[in-house]
Amino acid sequence: MNLALVLFYLLAITAVGSALLIVLLQNLVRSLFLFFVTLFAIAGLYIFALADFVAITQVIVYVGGVLVLMLFAFMLSNRTLLSDVKQGLKSVFAFPKWQATLIATGFFAVLIYIMQLIFAQDPEWIAQAKLQHQLIGVNDNTVRYIGVNMMSLYVLPFEVISIFLMMALMGAAHLARKEEPLS
Amino acid sequence: MIPLSHFLTVSAILFSIGLYAVLSKKNAILVLVGVELMINAAALNLVAFGRYDGKQYEGQIFALFVIVLAAAAVAVALAIILSVYNHYKSINPDDINNLKD
Repeated sequence: MNLALVLFYLLAITAVGSALLIVLLQNLVRSLFLFFVTLFAIAGLYIFALADFVAITQVIVYVGGVLVLMLFAFMLSNRTLLSDVKQGLKSVFAFPKWQATLIATGFFAVLIYIMQLIFAQDPEWIAQAKLQHQLIGVNDNTVRYIGVNMMSLYVLPFEVISIFLMMALMGAAHLARKEEPLS
Repeated sequence: MIPLSHFLTVSAILFSIGLYAVLSKKNAILVLVGVELMINAAALNLVAFGRYDGKQYEGQIFALFVIVLAAAAVAVALAIILSVYNHYKSINPDDINNLKD
């Protein structure tokens, strides 16, 4: 068992454990801060899949932007926030709801079953990539290749998504604006 | 090199947890957190499969696109949650039971 595998398991356990705590904890503030931990652990998992640029983007976009936005929305929408934090130990954990648990575990079983079905043998394109040595290596300069591909092969999705992002942000600003009577 | 099945198992677990959060939570922001967990699980799958594409980097680039889409979705969803709160004084999805009146 090498060091990389140990670190991978550590990150995976952190991600899964904090995600479980998010849904099991009663307190919403704790859940939101635990979401930080989950996102950091997932960024670590990205690095183990040799996607360092995606990992850094994850940290910047999620931890820097999305979570701060969520905390803002939460604090703007819930006045009883602070009295909620001080409650005792007996209502820390919420009991899982059996219908949702049933559906989620059923879906998990389906996903694992499909995974077993696929990996009975390697899919064709993976086997071919292994044969032709087209795997991303540890020493590859991934940022350079991502930049070159983004500006050449994937330039249309890139432009479309930039316009989409602008539209979404303008719509969000319009929706969140205070209603004022037109004078 | 970590086997692909490990990544897929982790992301399946995260996806199921996100599904549970979406189905069971009584707070719209936690439902949004569940959606984000599911999106992250899908992006983890993209990145894990993208390791076998050393030429076009499809997996990693589309993981980046997924992250951007998730950010846009969060911005719009939080704006909607805020205006729903201003209207109903509650963000429990069960309380929101009529359309524009």
